Amino acid sequence: MKKKSMLLVLTLLLAVSAFVSACGGSSTPAKEEAKNEQKSNENKNEPAKEQVFRFNSISEPPSLDPGQAQDSTSFALLGAVFEGLTRSDENGKPLEGTAEKWEISPDGTKYTFHLRKDAKWSNGDPVTANDFEFAWKRVLDPDFQPAPPYAYQLYYIKNAEGYNKHKDAAYTKTKITDPNEVGVKALDANTLEVQLESPTAYFLSLLSFQTFFPVHQSVKSNPKWASDANSIISNGPFKVSKWVKQSSLELAKNDNYYAKDEVKFTKVQVSIVSEGSSELNMYETNVLDYSGMPTGEIPTEQIPVLQQTKKDELHIKGVASSYYYLFNNKQKPFSNKKIRRALSMAINRQLLIDKVTLSGELPAFGIVSPGIAGLNGEYRSEVKDNYFQENVEEAKKILQEGLQEEGLTTLEFDLAYNTNDKHKKIAQAIADMWSKNLNVKVKIQNQEWAVFLKNRTNLNYQVARAGWSTDYNDPMSFLDLYMTGGGNNDIGFSNPKYDELLKKAKTSMDAKERMDLMAQAEKILIEDEQAILPIYYYTSVGLTKPNVKGVFIDYQGMIHFDRGYLE
Amino acid sequence: MISFNKQRPLSDKQYSAEQFTKVPIDEHAAEAIERESISAWRDAWYRLRSNVGAMFGLSILVLLIVMAFIGPLITPYDYYTNNLELTNQPPSAEHWFGTDDLGRDMFARTWMGARISLIVGFSAALINLIIGVIYGGIMGYIGGRLDDVMNKISEIIYSVPDMLVAILLVVVLEPSLFTIIMALCITGWINMSWIVRGQMMQLKNQEYVLASRSLGASGTRILFRHLVPNSLGPIIVTLTLAVPTAIFSEAVLSFLGLGVQLPAASWGTMINDALKAMILYPWRMLFPAILISLTMLAFNMFGDGLRDALDPKLKK
Amino acid sequence: MMTRYILNKVFFFILSLFMLASITFMLMKSIPGDPFMSEKNIPPEIKARIMAHYGLDKPIHEQYGIYLSNLVQGNLGISMKMQDREVVEFIRDSFPFSMKLGIVAVIVSVLIGVTLGMTAAFNHRKMLDTSAMVLAVVGVSVPSFVMASILQWLLGVKFPIFNVVGLQEAKDYVLPTIALAALPIAFIARLTRSNMLEVLHSDYIKTARSKGLSTWTVMQRHVLRNGILPVVTYLGPLTANVITGSFIIEQIFGIAGLGKIYVMSIGNRDYSLIMGITIFYGLILMSARFITDLAYGFIDPRIKLGKRKEKAA
Repeated sequence: MKKKSMLLVLTLLLAVSAFVSACGGSSTPAKEEAKNEQKSNENKNEPAKEQVFRFNSISEPPSLDPGQAQDSTSFALLGAVFEGLTRSDENGKPLEGTAEKWEISPDGTKYTFHLRKDAKWSNGDPVTANDFEFAWKRVLDPDFQPAPPYAYQLYYIKNAEGYNKHKDAAYTKTKITDPNEVGVKALDANTLEVQLESPTAYFLSLLSFQTFFPVHQSVKSNPKWASDANSIISNGPFKVSKWVKQSSLELAKNDNYYAKDEVKFTKVQVSIVSEGSSELNMYETNVLDYSGMPTGEIPTEQIPVLQQTKKDELHIKGVASSYYYLFNNKQKPFSNKKIRRALSMAINRQLLIDKVTLSGELPAFGIVSPGIAGLNGEYRSEVKDNYFQENVEEAKKILQEGLQEEGLTTLEFDLAYNTNDKHKKIAQAIADMWSKNLNVKVKIQNQEWAVFLKNRTNLNYQVARAGWSTDYNDPMSFLDLYMTGGGNNDIGFSNPKYDELLKKAKTSMDAKERMDLMAQAEKILIEDEQAILPIYYYTSVGLTKPNVKGVFIDYQGMIHFDRGYLE
Repeated sequence: MISFNKQRPLSDKQYSAEQFTKVPIDEHAAEAIERESISAWRDAWYRLRSNVGAMFGLSILVLLIVMAFIGPLITPYDYYTNNLELTNQPPSAEHWFGTDDLGRDMFARTWMGARISLIVGFSAALINLIIGVIYGGIMGYIGGRLDDVMNKISEIIYSVPDMLVAILLVVVLEPSLFTIIMALCITGWINMSWIVRGQMMQLKNQEYVLASRSLGASGTRILFRHLVPNSLGPIIVTLTLAVPTAIFSEAVLSFLGLGVQLPAASWGTMINDALKAMILYPWRMLFPAILISLTMLAFNMFGDGLRDALDPKLKK
Repeated sequence: MMTRYILNKVFFFILSLFMLASITFMLMKSIPGDPFMSEKNIPPEIKARIMAHYGLDKPIHEQYGIYLSNLVQGNLGISMKMQDREVVEFIRDSFPFSMKLGIVAVIVSVLIGVTLGMTAAFNHRKMLDTSAMVLAVVGVSVPSFVMASILQWLLGVKFPIFNVVGLQEAKDYVLPTIALAALPIAFIARLTRSNMLEVLHSDYIKTARSKGLSTWTVMQRHVLRNGILPVVTYLGPLTANVITGSFIIEQIFGIAGLGKIYVMSIGNRDYSLIMGITIFYGLILMSARFITDLAYGFIDPRIKLGKRKEKAA
């Protein structure tokens, strides 16, 4: 026994010394290495020899299959790795991408795309019209598993929905069983003909959306291709060169890309760190060249300070997303328009932005955010969102009227938000404004994300937070949310006039008429009905090192670094 | 029995018999108990009272509890009213602990938070103590197949993801202080039970236990009169860990929708909220953090004193 | 006798894992949400197809049966949120990070904690004791996420001695280890001190001392052995928790460990991943506790496992 315990002590001692020597032994060379790295970094920065761009993502893309993508990280990476028929410029205007030119039939339902002959996959194969046809039909194939969630983005194409849903019992419209009836066809290797269900004004802008990207036909034989760097064949400015699961991704310049001379970065390193303050610390210690949205985050409370200390590196840009509160339009007391209006009028949005959200957002009085294209310029500057005004005195009066109509004397309700620091702050600030200005009692409820979504979808709430970001550059992206029975209509809103206006706008070929119809619809939604409570239009906040040029955030908040370079 | 005057030094002087008087023997007096009989608990209390550290700890705890009641009342500000013009102000004559990100008075908030955190911390610890000691005591003392089963049950409960349990609780019950404490207690007692089990296994074979058993003492008596008191050291240390664990777990629960009703905050959620701006506005974290440490320090000093007072071996 | 003992243990082990899997399964299915929820709702027909693909359209009892039969075959399934990736891959990729960091943290906790506790005990009520214990109390009171954030900012940004994130080089272990080990160090120190004091005051130590045995001999033969038991008890769950990863530490230091994935999987309602990691965790915890029990017998031969008190008496 004695020997055994001596052994125990000895083992412990050995472990100590082993640990200490392990630390001491390797920390010196490690330090040296770090120093060398720092030196080479410095060198890197001066003559801009090695063009490496480093940014962080707070989440890992589930996979890099354009057909399956539905999160912002996937979008940011896919946008650099793949290229659709069109590309999008900073304002969301479609540019030539893999298609160098196209014709649109006079009725607006037939598009003929001419693909560039020099477009190549990262393995050297040419990118053909067949690849697009293959990729789109693959997404629409009802047997493709798991079913691509964003398949509905392709429903603009003729017979696409009917084919995609022909095996679903719940689907009652015309079913299409033959994939050849779907309105996409490669006429030859470089010509793609697309038939639409009805004229769609924003179809060209849709084409730069991920679901419309081509995929290499070899994916047929390898169902797991999209989560392994070795098997991802892409046609964009970059290719995936390394993917260490849960920790980092590395993109390398695609030398087969037709415009490879425009691409300056030879490498793009994406770290996966989920904590905003850690990301900022990484940026501060020069481990990152870019920090912030859309893939990363900067802690809100740091922004006012960064505005002072890093004035030249911080950039705040409005993006096409809206932040608002939902009213449960179906349930008392929020079935009463006056009560909804009173609450909307009784908050001070600018104060909220200046003191609480701190990111230079724009106060919102409508649902369609700035940045979305209108008739000639921006929709929001052509159609002003003066649907209602902030006015506490007026709000008090309207609230009293509303309460009387409902036979109530006081107002007490729940406000739900999902766990998030910023949502929490905003909810508390708004609740405080309401109770001060209107003398109502608000119970703030914090809910876990999935619980929150479930409650919201089931209309199991009174007032709830919501945010919407656009998928394409058109007001319709926001407005069709609240059509009767719409998949995202989480407020129980149903207005025949509204539905009719939008239905008309969806098929209209006259751009001016479309815009007018949509403006009328928005007026009904906000001015007439106050179905939701607009709060602010989002901004994208980021930090870019001064020597990084040509990296920009587009109208919808996507990051574009494909034409960037280090100075 | 001989009595003589102590003052007078002994000398060589001879004593004569008449100098002595015989004291009658009083049979009853011999049986009388001079010192008041005191129970073990009274005795412990006396010793606890004379322990400076323990009393110091106790007074700080009392002070904290008193402040939790009157703290929010002695400042003109309430804990919930926003003042967006005065966000993140450092401590001043106006706002003694500064203001938070919505311009609310941190002094009022901190003491409101004290109510929540002290209640959550101590009741969770108390419940953990009771369940843990009884469960662990039975596991360790009886042993055998019963130990196998009970031990495995505790391991299963410990391994079940408590986040799932918390989410389920929110769905089934309304979030309240009671629900929070309940969520904290579902797995909280297990560490205690394992510590107690280990102690029992070691102590039950000690000589005095064997002696007590051969004298016919019942299992329960042995368990709670001998084994548990002799394990007080580790029990109190584990208990002191349970309090801050409960205080911080409460903050984690709030992420799952099982927190205190906003705009109220607990120390844990205040620290969480302040974390991202820790360097910019340190006072927002500092005051709740210092108070948690102070609570723990006081609780530990009191706990140590309690242990010493209850430990029969340290009796002098 | 020995084989029966082992068989008995193995039986309990498997039964417990089965129970754990069942309870977790039921819990998971009774909370709201599914893996395919997002701010933008997916059309119901498409969602139904995705659900069917993962067998989530079947009645719960059927899903449960399928899950168990897969489990028996050692198949933990594939993640529902991160397409194409098997649950086993997640564990295989992430566990090593958590484990390496965890083992270092456990060793550091034990060495420093026990040393601190013993020093305090031998200097009972002296300055050294008091300061060590105040330090320990503060260590328990400062949560690891605060500790980690402060360390990261102080030694990563303000005085850039260490890398802010990552776990590549040896020195990357320093900050997360301190943040992870602070609480266990404090707790072990207090446990050790408290039990050492108990033992130091016991009659047999006084006897041993009066026999003239040296402090060192007394220490390692009696005090350490009798005083270390609660620490060993605590080491079981500590090791299991720490080597399977701490969410907060991994989140702050950007470590691709298991703790992060665990929390992520619950938020995502990634059913197969939740189940897989829970079972893996249960396996590790139960093994750690089993080893603890064996260690009891090694430390104190009077402790006989698997025997009832009558026999012991």
